Formats: sequence, C-alpha cells, structure tokens
Amino acid sequence: MYDEKKMMGLKEELGLYNGRVEKSLARFPERKEVFYSGSKEEVNRLYTPLDLEDQDFGESIGFPGSYPYTRGVQPNMYRGRLWTMRMYAGFATAEESNQRYKFLVEQGSSGLSVAFDLPTQIGYDSDHDLSEGEVGKVGVAIDSLMDMEVLFDGIPLDKVSTSMTINAPAAVLLAMYIAVAEKQGISAEKLRGTIQNDILKEYIARGTYIFPTEPSMRLITDIFAYCSEHVPQWNTISISGYHIREAGSTAAQEVGFTLADGIAYVEAALEAGLLIDDFAPRLSFFFNAHNDLLEEVAKYRAARRLWARIMKERFDAKDPKSMMMKFHTQTAGSTLTAQQSENNIVRVTIQTLAAVLGGTQSLHTNSKDEALALPTEESVRTALRTQQIVAHESGVTNTVDPLAGSYYIEAKTNEIEEEAMEYIRRIDDLGGAAKAIDDGFIQREIMDAAYSYQKDVENEEAIVVGVNKYQVEESTPQNLLRVDPIVGENQKEKLRLLRSARDQEAVDQALAHLKTVAQEDENVMPALLVAVKTYATLGEITDVLREVFGEYKQAVII
Amino acid sequence: MEKPIRVLVGKPGLDGHDRGAKVIARALRDAGMEVIYTGLRQTAEQIVHAAIQEDVDCVAVSILSGAHNTLLPKINELLIKEGGEDILFVAGGVIPEADIPFLKEHGVKAIFTPGTPTTVSIRFIEEHVKR
Repeated sequence: MYDEKKMMGLKEELGLYNGRVEKSLARFPERKEVFYSGSKEEVNRLYTPLDLEDQDFGESIGFPGSYPYTRGVQPNMYRGRLWTMRMYAGFATAEESNQRYKFLVEQGSSGLSVAFDLPTQIGYDSDHDLSEGEVGKVGVAIDSLMDMEVLFDGIPLDKVSTSMTINAPAAVLLAMYIAVAEKQGISAEKLRGTIQNDILKEYIARGTYIFPTEPSMRLITDIFAYCSEHVPQWNTISISGYHIREAGSTAAQEVGFTLADGIAYVEAALEAGLLIDDFAPRLSFFFNAHNDLLEEVAKYRAARRLWARIMKERFDAKDPKSMMMKFHTQTAGSTLTAQQSENNIVRVTIQTLAAVLGGTQSLHTNSKDEALALPTEESVRTALRTQQIVAHESGVTNTVDPLAGSYYIEAKTNEIEEEAMEYIRRIDDLGGAAKAIDDGFIQREIMDAAYSYQKDVENEEAIVVGVNKYQVEESTPQNLLRVDPIVGENQKEKLRLLRSARDQEAVDQALAHLKTVAQEDENVMPALLVAVKTYATLGEITDVLREVFGEYKQAVII
Repeated sequence: MEKPIRVLVGKPGLDGHDRGAKVIARALRDAGMEVIYTGLRQTAEQIVHAAIQEDVDCVAVSILSGAHNTLLPKINELLIKEGGEDILFVAGGVIPEADIPFLKEHGVKAIFTPGTPTTVSIRFIEEHVKR
C-alpha cells in the first residue's frame, strides 16, 4: 500500500523511536507490562504504515457501498439516512406492550422490536406447567393470534418495520404477523421487518431451542423460501453474534462463530434447492457492542469484509446485495453493572459510538438499570436519547467510516478477520457449525474466554469501575420496574375464554393438516397461516411440531 | 483426607443465560469441590431430585428470568419434603434487592447478585455447608 523506499526509511525511524522509548522506560515504566484489548488481544504501543505494508487499499478497504464493503454497505452511510433506532421492548401483556410501542414511536423510535416472554419463545402456552412464574416477565406473552392483534392494535403494519426476537417458533409468530396485517388490509408484500430465526446460536448460547437441529434447519429454509416469494421485504433471519458475545466470547470469536452459523444457513438453503441470490440479500446479522471502542469498530469492519468475501468466493454470489452484510447492534448487557448503575449510561455511550463508527444499520441501547431489573420508561428514554445525541451532536455521522486509515484500526480489522477465518476453518474441519455445536467445541471456546475474563476481573487485571475499583456504599436502588404476578393469571383466563369461543373443529382440522405437512417435506408456512387464523394457540401448534420433530437435547458443557 | 464438598449447580426456569451458572460451576470445581451442573430449563422437581440422588451438600441455582419468587420457594419446599433440609441452598442472578428478604424467609441462605466475586460465593459455601 505504500512506497517501498519510504517504508525502508520508516523502519529506521521506528527503530530510533523504539530506542528512545526503551531508554525512558527504565525511569518511567509503563502502567502495565503488556496492554490488552477488551478481548485480551495484545495491543502494541504504536501502529504505523509498517503494520499495513502488504495491504492493498482497493482490495481490502476500498469505498463504502462497494465490495468488500469494509467501509459500510451504503455509499454515503449516515449522511443519507441515520441508522434505525430500534428499542427492544415488550413485557407483561399485549395491551401494555402495545402502549410501550406507541410511546416509543412518539419518542422518535423508528422501528419496533418485540421482546417475547420465555414461554412464547419456547412454544408453551401461558397455562403450561413450565410457564409458571415466567408469563410476561422478560417480554410479552403471546398465546394466539388474538394477543398478536392486541399487540399491534393501532399500529399500521405497512408504516413500521418490526423486528421480532423469536427463534424456535419463528415460523408461527411470522404467520401470526402476516395474519394481523391481513386483518388490517395490508398485504404481505408490504411488510418490513426481521425475525431472529437463528436457531444455531440458541444451541450455542441463548437457550430457547425446541426442536433438534435438522427439523429446525428445515423450518428456517421453509421461511426463506416462503418469504422470497410472498414477503419479499422481510429479513428472514438475523444471524446473531450478540448472545455469543454475552456468553463471554471474544470479539474475534463473535465474528467467527456467527459467520460459521451464517455459512450453515446458506448451505442448508442451497441444499433445499434455493438459489443463492434469491435468499442471500435477505440475510441480516446482529452484533454486540462492548466497551473497547476501537476493537469493536474493527470487529464490525472485519465482519463485513469477511462475509463479502465468503459470499463471493465460497458461494459464488453474483448480486452485490448478497455480499452486503447488514446488521443490527445492541449494546452489551453483560458490561452493565448493578453497582453505581448511573455509570452504565457512560458505558452505553461508548458502545453506541462503537456501533455507529462501525456502520450499523440499526441499534438498541440498553438502559442503565438492566443489571437490576427490566428498564423503566425513564431509563429507556435516556438510552434512546444517547443514540440521538450521538446522531445529532457528536459529529461522527458527518463523514463515512471516519476511523478508516487509522493504522491501529486497519491492523486490528485485519487481525480480527484472520482470527475469525481461522475459527471458520476449524469449524469446517469439524463438519460445519451444527456439528461443532454438537461436539461442544464452540461452547467450550466461549466458556474458556468467559472464565478467563472472570478471573481477570477477580485478580483486578481487568478493571470494572464500581465493581472491583472505585466502589462505594450504596443504598438499595429504587424505582425498579416490576411485572405484576396477576399477568400470568389474566393470560390463563384469556386462554380459557379463547378456547371456549373459537371454532374447535376448524382448529382440529388445521392442526391435523399441519401434522401431515410437517411429516412430509412440503413448506409448512401455508399450513401455519391457516392454523393461526383458526386461533389455534402457539402451544398447540408447537406441540404438533414437537410430536413430529422431537425435542433437542442439550449437551451439558462446563 | 476430608471428602470434597459436593455441589449441584442448577438452572431453574426457562431462561438460557447460563454464563453465570457455568462460570460458578468452574470456579467451584477449581476450588476443589465436586460439581454437577444440571443444564438448562430444570423444574424445581428435577433439581431437588438430582440433589437428593447425587447426595450433594449444596444446591446453587442461577436464575435471570425474573421467576425467582415463584421457583426458589418451591425448590426450598421440595428440598424439605424430600429430606434435603440439611442441604445448603444458595442462589445467584439478576434478583432485585427488594426480593431478597422474601427469598431468605423461604430458605435461600444467600443470594449472590451481579458483580459478586466467585471467591465470595466459594467462601460462603465452604463456611455454611453442614457436614
């Protein structure tokens, strides 16, 4: 990338510089022997053009909006349109969540993001034994189309884009969403949004799996196929590194494991007979934003470049949209501290900057009180304001990829890409992501990193302000959000009424038909649409699929 | 030589956040204890059954779903019912301060909230198991 003669001169200069520093170190030693990034990669004192000597600008950095998209997927990025400020929300009942969505839209949130409670995510109705104590806790309880109608009441589905954090039963919830739109008189082609639909990371890190790997992959490819024909603007999967990172992985592992999952989905879809450029443009990604600002920026850039290369070189994609990695970001819940929780606003600000300087397409910012409980409306507002301040006051949105060309950022981008690629190679050798998960390889690598970090915190090699340094005595935090336990009872009552009011014969017929379809290799989406419209419950539908597909058994790895 | 302390690390409820459970399982193991980890989504019955079966000295559960006020008292009740009243019962996770007195009344001997060093939990278990 640079002139050879000048590089020779630079090498000499660098030698002299190092000499000068070494000399002063005898008298003024540095704060640490070795400096590490947030992911415990060694960081050098100084980076120079020598670190980028072999790099070709066009091949590896290039221009935003062009292959390999290191600098972003749009040519002018936030000068054109800011990222979507998408706050993940949902709790208690559909009625209350509906209120929160309307509040967020009024506050300037530009997309909805639905959090479901755990029974919904695992396909149990609110009156199931395992749902006890969990209904409406971490998200909204959806038992049937009736709840979904309430959830989106008064929200025109052709005007908003909706992201739904739903995985194992994603096909069912998507069918409900399409059915609600239909009732609003909106056709499926007009719907915009995302379902997470990423089962592999559920096995790895997040835990809301239901079915074994193979039928789960089939449900995913059924969704790909159905949406490419009927819901063309829908992002059919959000391949997620977020939870992998939350589980304790490093930045490079986050990229490596997420892209390995991405490869597995692409391969499954190709095997199901889909054409790469028919579905790849609708793949989207989801990453974490941690505190090490520069490492995180490099991570996003590395992920974008690596995905573009994989799509082009490995899968022979032709459509540039297939090569563009679009991603959502969420700030890191695991970095929030229960101690001196006000400090979390500062952490979230740094993480927001990381995501924006890294070129994210949408962002959720966590609230300061999330290490203690679900966030209150006030703390959610501050979190949203953090994004708005970065967008409108910080100035970082005025130019595209402003950190490009920093010797450190570019060197770090290369380093993360190489390390992630090395993980992908190892996973290929193990037979792909699904196999590497069954073997426990991915989970073990993450756990090793998580445990090593915990030890560093306890040895004070890693400083967490307010936790292992600068502690104060604190009084019990006030004003935390509590979900009324009556929610579970109300939801059960609603179910009872629903079951007595609906046309049971239609339900039975629809479920029997779904069973037949699931047993064969026909696409399940049309049968699911019919079933949800009869007000068959999520639990009833999932039970049919459980019966046909069986359930996943987790390998317990510590 | 003294027999090592046996601990069942359990994950009740439906949440899949097992980083805490796994980190504590490793830390207890590194501290010389014998550790059995149940894996995700265990009912109170399954946890108590495993604790009795494995003849453990301590049941340590991790919960981040918000269902602690329902599930932890249930585990305590079952422990007593199944003859495990001598088993030390501790918990960790995202549990608001305000819920701690209630949980302590229901047999949870200690609650380790986010940011607790593993050494603190280890020491508590070492000092409080009945042997």
